[in-house]
Amino acid sequence: MNALPVFPIVLPALTAAFLVLVLRHRLGAQRIVSVGATVLLLIVAIVLYGVAADGAPRPYLLGDWPAPFGIVLVLDRLSATMVLLTAALGLVIALAACGGWDARGRHFHPLFQFQLMGLMGAFLTGDVFNLFVFFEVMLIASYGLMLHGGGERRLKAGFQYVAINLIGSTLFLFAVGLIYAVTGTLNMADLAAKVPHVAAGDEALLKTGALLLFLVFALKAALVPLHWWLPRAYAAAPGPVAALFMLMTKVGAYAILRVFGLVFGESAGPLADVAAPWVLPAALVTLALGAAGVLASRTLSGLACFAVVWSMGLLLVAFGLFDAKGVGAGLYYLVHSTVAGAALFLLVDVLRAARGPAADRLVPTPTLPSMLSAGLFFAVAIAVAGMPPLSGFLGKLLILDASRNVPAMAWIWTIVLATSLVVILGFARAGSALFWKTAPSEAAAADDAASGREEKVRERPLLPVAACATLVAGTALLTVFAGPVTAALDTTARQALDTARYVEAVLPAAAAKKSVTLSRR
Amino acid sequence: MELLVASGIGLLTAVGVYLVLRRHSFPVIVGTVFLSYAVNLFLFAMGRLTVDRPPIVDPAAAGYTDPLPQALVLTAIVISFGMTALIVVLALRGFLESGDDRVDRTAPKEDRTAAGRDDDVVFP
Repeated sequence: MNALPVFPIVLPALTAAFLVLVLRHRLGAQRIVSVGATVLLLIVAIVLYGVAADGAPRPYLLGDWPAPFGIVLVLDRLSATMVLLTAALGLVIALAACGGWDARGRHFHPLFQFQLMGLMGAFLTGDVFNLFVFFEVMLIASYGLMLHGGGERRLKAGFQYVAINLIGSTLFLFAVGLIYAVTGTLNMADLAAKVPHVAAGDEALLKTGALLLFLVFALKAALVPLHWWLPRAYAAAPGPVAALFMLMTKVGAYAILRVFGLVFGESAGPLADVAAPWVLPAALVTLALGAAGVLASRTLSGLACFAVVWSMGLLLVAFGLFDAKGVGAGLYYLVHSTVAGAALFLLVDVLRAARGPAADRLVPTPTLPSMLSAGLFFAVAIAVAGMPPLSGFLGKLLILDASRNVPAMAWIWTIVLATSLVVILGFARAGSALFWKTAPSEAAAADDAASGREEKVRERPLLPVAACATLVAGTALLTVFAGPVTAALDTTARQALDTARYVEAVLPAAAAKKSVTLSRR
Repeated sequence: MELLVASGIGLLTAVGVYLVLRRHSFPVIVGTVFLSYAVNLFLFAMGRLTVDRPPIVDPAAAGYTDPLPQALVLTAIVISFGMTALIVVLALRGFLESGDDRVDRTAPKEDRTAAGRDDDVVFP
């Protein structure tokens, strides 16, 4: 039971190795093992969530080395929530990928499991360098997944994606080096204990390191001006992979919350809230640019990508408040936007395959797509744009409510509401082009011939459609159970910002020593 | 020695940044390699520069150098080496499939030549 936090990392790692070594050429068996392992992962995640629910952060010492010296995994409510979200979404996406994408290239399932391992590790680790290592695991798997299926466009976009992330990793290392040089530790709890007492001469160095780290996380979270890699990369990625990548941007947001809420949070002395002046303005610009992109996109996948940028802006507006209320609202919106965004990418992929030569360009085709996909698009658009009755609306409302008493309230409300309108317009425009108008019949003959040829190679989109519908149902459930969910997430947010408790849980010895010196005084 | 190491890291970073901003994929790759050299040296120096001291326990040693940055550098070297190999293969595949190694565009070849803005040499 004590070793439970390490399971979400070890299980996908072993599964991936097993898949690539033993079941290399048997796709059917790979599917069964991969989905089975993900089901197991979901069960572990649920158990972990139950364990973490009592409120005390639980450290797991790898190799039983005492905390600041060895590597430590920390299970608290925040990481358990993220692990549960990852496992649940991972299962849906694994099933959707079985609908045909995993047969278009080799090694989809092993890479998928490695990606899950990296995500889980990034959420569970309590060490900044270990965070870097899990970022790399996650990124390396994502490179393979993004290029899955090949093709010129994907290769070109993949090159840019790999190059930008290599530079991001280099910056991460510079930041880690600076922080280590000043504090002599990389353990998050130890850092949180040492940062407030940093020597005055080293403050500037440490601040540089912290802001470099923020830059790296902002790059991952697609915060303007570091968002430009996202639309091209996500649009070129296969549908289920793009849906899984929804979690990758959330890792950036999670890391911002973890490091800048915990280590450089309120109690960090001279470096308190070092990132706070940057997060909110950048998030507001992200909202504006994302919404403009949604309206200006000429393809459905471009629209989906800019909708992701917009939703990351909204999420970081909430996290940028750095108080329990804002972070609680942000976490609700994080769960919602991950699920809704994944549904959107799965649907885009289904439509792209169904529309033949028009692919995902926002132009009318001679024949309309099926009623089912039109209905799904309507539901997903409502969820993503944040209109009632689905959970995006509640998330947005919670964020607006949380920002009611901050100085920047006027800015936040104006930009959030105005860009929401623009996003709704963008989706309405896309929906009418896709499902309302038909192209003139002259072009229809040519298009019909072309799509007739494609008919034979097209896979049954049953599984992706079912997965997309499941995710939409998920956002509906998130609305129905909004009361208990927000209550749980508010507790999570309070715990995530409680530095003293985290330090005490991970470093009992140091905390005890401190209390002894305090009592002596 | 401090001056030498610091300016060495600075020079490597400057070269790396310059090359990364080029528009063809080969200089970009070389640029990321320079950046990773720079960051490896930087990490190494973060344990403070000490000469002729062992990083592991040795009864005869007068003092020690910080072993942790050395472990970090090892990890960083392994990762950046693997990434470089991957990006080289990726650039090569991209070049073979599309016929040019520009980093900044993804449009199909026909569009470019039709638009008449292909100012670079396109290999067959």
